[in-house]
Amino acid sequence: MTSTIYLRYEVLRNFRNWRFLLLSLVFPLVLYLSVASANRHATINGIAFTVYFMAAMATLGTMASVVSSAAVIAADRSTGWTRQMRITPLTVGTYFSARVLNGYLRAVLTIVLVGLAGTALGVRLSATEWVTVVGLLLVGLIPFAVLGILLGHLLNADSSAVAMGGIVTLFALLGGVYGFQIAKSGPMFQVIKAIPSYWLVQAAKAAIGHGGWPAEGWIVIAVWTVLLAALAVLVYQRDTHR
Amino acid sequence: MATGKASNDGVVLSRLSKAYGRLRAVDSIDLSIRRGQTVAILGPNGAGKTTMLDMALGLTRPDSGSITLFGMPPARAIAAGQVGGMLQTGSLIEYLSVREFLTMIASLYPRPLQVDHMLQLTGAAEFADRRTNKLSGGQTQRVRFAAALIANSDLLVLDEPTAAIDVGGRREFWTAIREVAAEGKTVIFATHYLEEADAYADRIVLLARGKIVADGSATEIKAMASGRTIRATLPGADLAQLASLPGVTNAERRGEAVTLNCASSDNALRALLSRFPEARDIEVHGAGIEEAFFALTVGERDDPNQPTQVQGAR
Repeated sequence: MTSTIYLRYEVLRNFRNWRFLLLSLVFPLVLYLSVASANRHATINGIAFTVYFMAAMATLGTMASVVSSAAVIAADRSTGWTRQMRITPLTVGTYFSARVLNGYLRAVLTIVLVGLAGTALGVRLSATEWVTVVGLLLVGLIPFAVLGILLGHLLNADSSAVAMGGIVTLFALLGGVYGFQIAKSGPMFQVIKAIPSYWLVQAAKAAIGHGGWPAEGWIVIAVWTVLLAALAVLVYQRDTHR
Repeated sequence: MATGKASNDGVVLSRLSKAYGRLRAVDSIDLSIRRGQTVAILGPNGAGKTTMLDMALGLTRPDSGSITLFGMPPARAIAAGQVGGMLQTGSLIEYLSVREFLTMIASLYPRPLQVDHMLQLTGAAEFADRRTNKLSGGQTQRVRFAAALIANSDLLVLDEPTAAIDVGGRREFWTAIREVAAEGKTVIFATHYLEEADAYADRIVLLARGKIVADGSATEIKAMASGRTIRATLPGADLAQLASLPGVTNAERRGEAVTLNCASSDNALRALLSRFPEARDIEVHGAGIEEAFFALTVGERDDPNQPTQVQGAR
């Protein structure tokens, strides 16, 4: 396959950019270690705080990991690299695959680090529970990977960092990442349940048998993915057909 | 005659137009280039060279008209690996060495050249293991150039490839292009270096204000401007009167000296001597290509009093 060499170098350039990599890993890890160790004996709705907050920080870190493709795409556009690539046989699909692949590799690294920190603070999950939480997280991240591509074409290199930070924080807040939910019932709760980051936080609860991922969760993830993908296609076409 | 008939086999632009607001960057251009030709797109800044090449590469969508590369739309020819290109601007991706970068680009094409060979040919071998973000401007240009050549594609499109490269470096570039393009490859390059077009192109297409104002071999282009210049010392002469002499296309003054660009220097000289018997120190020169360039693009300007800047070796 010709694209394997291309993808290999794309992964290489991602991991050599250690400043970028470090920043996306350090924040959720430090936040987890400081907050969870201070509350290691607390529980939220019958769930150990260390488990709840591990899922929350994994959600925050992985969201940031996949959305940060926007920064790479915006930079590639501003340096003229995107135009240069468009006159090679490289397909847009392969270029985006590289972005999503790198986003997911950063996300997996985040999960491993936050998971290790959780284990250090006494979190014990069975193999099945680990597989469930990681699997659900990776599926729940799909709309955010698409969001990264969309933002990469909507923003420029300067604005992408600020916008990404704001958007990830907003999704984290609405999804209940910071240890509280804005609403637990009523119409506001219906709105919260329609937000994909809510379901990322639910992944850990589902894994240990508290609540779960009903069909509603899958539908929310699928609908966001389709809508964001449609928007991304529009924005991509506007960006390239000048 | 270099102006070939329309052919599906090469590069064909038909009635191609593109406007930015009220500016007609490319104005109904018809151009067909046979497979194997090396064509220089020559013109002053703002003539529409880059817009035309960007459309040929499918990067800019034309307002009207069509483009085919080897009988295919640009996107299809590019997907098939038949096009290698070097855009006017653009940087390299970071965090890779020069060698890794070229290996990555080569992997995208069906029949790429050897990375080591390209490094040698473009003089990039000495910094092959350096990261792309640690290169000087000239080194970056060499790597961009190597990336275009390594494709080993049937069509090579180069937009001012030697801009910001010194004369010695330019010669090396062209040696490399000639080696790579030896077997029937089509090369289109934009330049405002006249001697470059003269030395390396089979055919020169002269662009001014989005239109083709001349098209032919370097010799033909010179002949179109008839290739003669008359210089004389003639204080106080009226330029408009001089310009209206038979055989004169344009007149300019530098101090007491006047220069007449001539379509027919014989007629111009006779008329000059009869109307201005006081003219002295008369010299008649065969025009270089820069005079041809000047003669063909002047009159395309808004302000005839503003001198046209022409670069190039004398």
